Amino acid sequence: MHIEPKRRRERPVSGAFSSDTGGNGRPENSVRRFRIRLQLSEILVTFAGRTGALPPDCLSTIYRNAMPLDTSIKSVLIIGSGPIVIGQACEFDYSGSQAARSLREEGIKVTLINSNPATIMTDPLVADRVYLLPLTAESIEQILEENEIDAVLPTMGGQTALNLAKEVEELGLWEKYKVRLIGVDIKAIDKAEDRDLFRNWMLEMNIPVAPARVANSMLEGKEYAQEIGIPLVIRPSFTLGGTGGGFVKSKEELEPALEAGLKASPIHEVLVEKAVLGWKEFELELLRDVNDNVVIICTVENFDPMGIHTGDSITVAPAMTLSDTAFQLMRNTAIDMMRNLGNFAGGCNVQFALNPETEEIIAIEINPRVSRSSALASKATGYPIAKVAAKLAIGYTLDELKNQITQTTSAYFEPALDYVIVKMPRWNFDKFKGADDTLGLQMKSVGEVMAIGRTFPEALQKACQSLENNATGLTSISRSQMRPEELIDYLKRPTWDRIFRIKEALQAGISIKTIRELTQIDRWFLYQIQDLVALEQKIQAYQHLDKLPVDLLKEAKQMGFSDEQIAELVKDCTAEEVYEKRKAAGITRVFKMVDTCSAEFEARTPYFYSTFETASQSS
Amino acid sequence: MPQDTISHPAFLLLEDGTLFKGKSFGKKGTTGGELCFTTGMTGYQEIFTDPSYTGQMLIMSTCYVGNYGVNTADVESDGVTIAGLICKNIATRYSRMIASGSLEDYLLQHNIVGIQDVDTRALVQHVRTKGAMNCIISSETDNIEALKEKLRAVPSMKGLEISSNITTKEPYTAGDPDASIRIAVLDFGIKKHILHNFTQRDAYVKVFPAKTPIAELKAFEPHGYFISNGPGDPASMDYAVNTVKDILNEGKPMFGICLGHQLLAQANGIPTFKMHHGHRGLNHPVKNLITGKCEITTQNHGFGVDPEAAQQSEAIEVTHVNLNDGSIEGIRMKNKPAFSVQYHPESTPGPYDSRYLFDQFIDMICEQSAIK
Repeated sequence: MHIEPKRRRERPVSGAFSSDTGGNGRPENSVRRFRIRLQLSEILVTFAGRTGALPPDCLSTIYRNAMPLDTSIKSVLIIGSGPIVIGQACEFDYSGSQAARSLREEGIKVTLINSNPATIMTDPLVADRVYLLPLTAESIEQILEENEIDAVLPTMGGQTALNLAKEVEELGLWEKYKVRLIGVDIKAIDKAEDRDLFRNWMLEMNIPVAPARVANSMLEGKEYAQEIGIPLVIRPSFTLGGTGGGFVKSKEELEPALEAGLKASPIHEVLVEKAVLGWKEFELELLRDVNDNVVIICTVENFDPMGIHTGDSITVAPAMTLSDTAFQLMRNTAIDMMRNLGNFAGGCNVQFALNPETEEIIAIEINPRVSRSSALASKATGYPIAKVAAKLAIGYTLDELKNQITQTTSAYFEPALDYVIVKMPRWNFDKFKGADDTLGLQMKSVGEVMAIGRTFPEALQKACQSLENNATGLTSISRSQMRPEELIDYLKRPTWDRIFRIKEALQAGISIKTIRELTQIDRWFLYQIQDLVALEQKIQAYQHLDKLPVDLLKEAKQMGFSDEQIAELVKDCTAEEVYEKRKAAGITRVFKMVDTCSAEFEARTPYFYSTFETASQSS
Repeated sequence: MPQDTISHPAFLLLEDGTLFKGKSFGKKGTTGGELCFTTGMTGYQEIFTDPSYTGQMLIMSTCYVGNYGVNTADVESDGVTIAGLICKNIATRYSRMIASGSLEDYLLQHNIVGIQDVDTRALVQHVRTKGAMNCIISSETDNIEALKEKLRAVPSMKGLEISSNITTKEPYTAGDPDASIRIAVLDFGIKKHILHNFTQRDAYVKVFPAKTPIAELKAFEPHGYFISNGPGDPASMDYAVNTVKDILNEGKPMFGICLGHQLLAQANGIPTFKMHHGHRGLNHPVKNLITGKCEITTQNHGFGVDPEAAQQSEAIEVTHVNLNDGSIEGIRMKNKPAFSVQYHPESTPGPYDSRYLFDQFIDMICEQSAIK
């Protein structure tokens, strides 16, 4: 079945031409190029008066190297990600919808396939034609049969879409219907997805990876385990979503883990890999164009160390504990990896682990597509990754595009953040009775929240307040108070409520050193939570709202405490009374922009977050 | 220790009368200079030790500084060069296993006065709109009238010559003395990692004081000349422009970075001008017009090369432009082996996208001197 939009919306008229469905309104190459130049000359003319810019007559020099758009593409198929499952949720709806809008802006006809009707992208207004069909090669063939499709963009629908594109490629269907794959290099998919190919490729490039060996028997497994040394990860080959895999942290755990792994693998094969438990984990979001220009849109630091799936980790942007030397090493490596992976223009995500003792890094994985993290990175920076990635796939270069937020500066740049982003996963273990709530290699969260603040504690507490689990901040959300020994024991195992328990542990006087040893979480984050505990104790000591100094109240708000939380701490008032008191003292929310550039340029279409900040006074 | 909520108050007073209240950190005292901001999110220690920031009151627009402490390797000079520091949050405790101490102690050791808990975003917007201006920070007085008086005594950056005060007193060398390539470096406030980039490429460099005459430079028998970065107004540096002219007459390869770029322009009769608020950060987009490739660059400059004069010049051609505002980022001479860039290809901090320029310079030298 397919749905034809009831009312065919008129496409946006861009520049010198108006395009229509038939494709007959497509501009000539020269017209298009003229339009691009016109826009760019406008930018330069605008700046000429202000900063002493280049006169417009040298434009031909600047843009003589600009690659023309691929104007042979008039109709594009976008593959969605199918059903929403744990690990692959609405982020791909976001990227697919953005990409569709971005292509239609260019006058391109967009056809969409997704098996999930409960998405924004399948709304008749998003694409020209929507197919609600199973994500199979047969469905693709049906679409290719019924439509004239010039190109397929498979990088917006997660691994599901990429795998389908690969399957269709292997069947020779793209070739049969003369459809080009854009935004991806089919050869790159295997190299990124297959653990063994990835390892060998990294070794070829001289990029360090965790030591590992493939074992086909218990004997081999034990031998390699001895060689590599504990801790280890046992990863069975050809199983879905990491099932049958596990950690080996002591000698006793080795045999059962190997046995489980070998049994889980249909070909009786496991990868015995060194576990870099306790290393710090970072993710970089990249964009690359056909001219091989690459930019890093966002660097995300995981609060939780290696060993916990990124989707189940609390993550922070920008990276909080990364020196420039360590960051540039990651940046260089990520760019080399993306360029070497294959010939494609679009988005990419690279993950690294960093040894905190030596600052050496190892590559964990690369995703040659828009990922779960790119959706987060887009919202965290204001830079619309999927939207731009779609434009790059049809041949635009980054320097030809404008920053969508400022609308005057270049899209070829790296966003600068003047706030802190905290993403917290949301789990629903209460709905999965009996499920193991230990966090590890397999993602278990069902959603996430993202909070913005001008301090890390503010962003963290705002995230806690948004979880919809009755937390009024980083407060105790469990009725069961644990004794210090119990807490120490509890923190050994990563669980969904670990951050709340860390705070309880700090309240109970357990040292940062001990918590660090138990959780391997970077001290900087633990210090921040300890600061929150100290501030709480200070507030508690006043016992009466009347006596609470205004400066302390302001500091509490800047550290993300809700009025309710403050009321709970002073105990003699309600949240409303706290609100009234701070309002009278002029401690009210101000709104700041997410503008990609730390206020360096004026923003035209930013969005806002609230915070508590001192304004200036005139004298 | 958890953050102390009762910290010392501090004031930031701008030339236009705008007053910000915050908390003091670093040395207790009073300091003035020209206000500027950088949007870089990493590499604060490299930034604070960059001699090009001499005389600048620096706003860090990123939320935190000091998270990973300081160490002995990530420095661009032996001291802290900024005149004062303005930030939102300074980390009271740091986390980096290879760090040697905290940022706050480091700033104290170097007598740097700082103010935190300031609405840095509002401040950046102010500078963006009103332009660069002088300011003063004080953590020892709340007498605003007295501060205004002191602020008036802070010299204007326009027309200010600083290099001759901060250049090396005596020449020094770096690298292997037996190397086949020798480069004479004119020091106007050079960053250490520029020299690293030369020695890494097997060059032997000799660094000379800013006012060294050409005869002394020639005595080193260099295969090429490098004109360094540095603070201050290039229009006030006739002595340096003359040396650059002398160097160009030698016909040997010459490379200039930042201030060195502005001096090369001036030596070709192209004037420089004071920018509205300058470029400072690690994310500035530049396009190489020769190759068509783009690079993300580290920048730190408050003066620029006049674009119209550069375009009309017979002697030079524009090789690099800024994609945000079209400003001139690189030039080369048409009939001499000399080129320069406005940004910092050595980065530190920042991306390594532009390091090819060092290779280009070395190649130029090898070609001319028929080395290897």
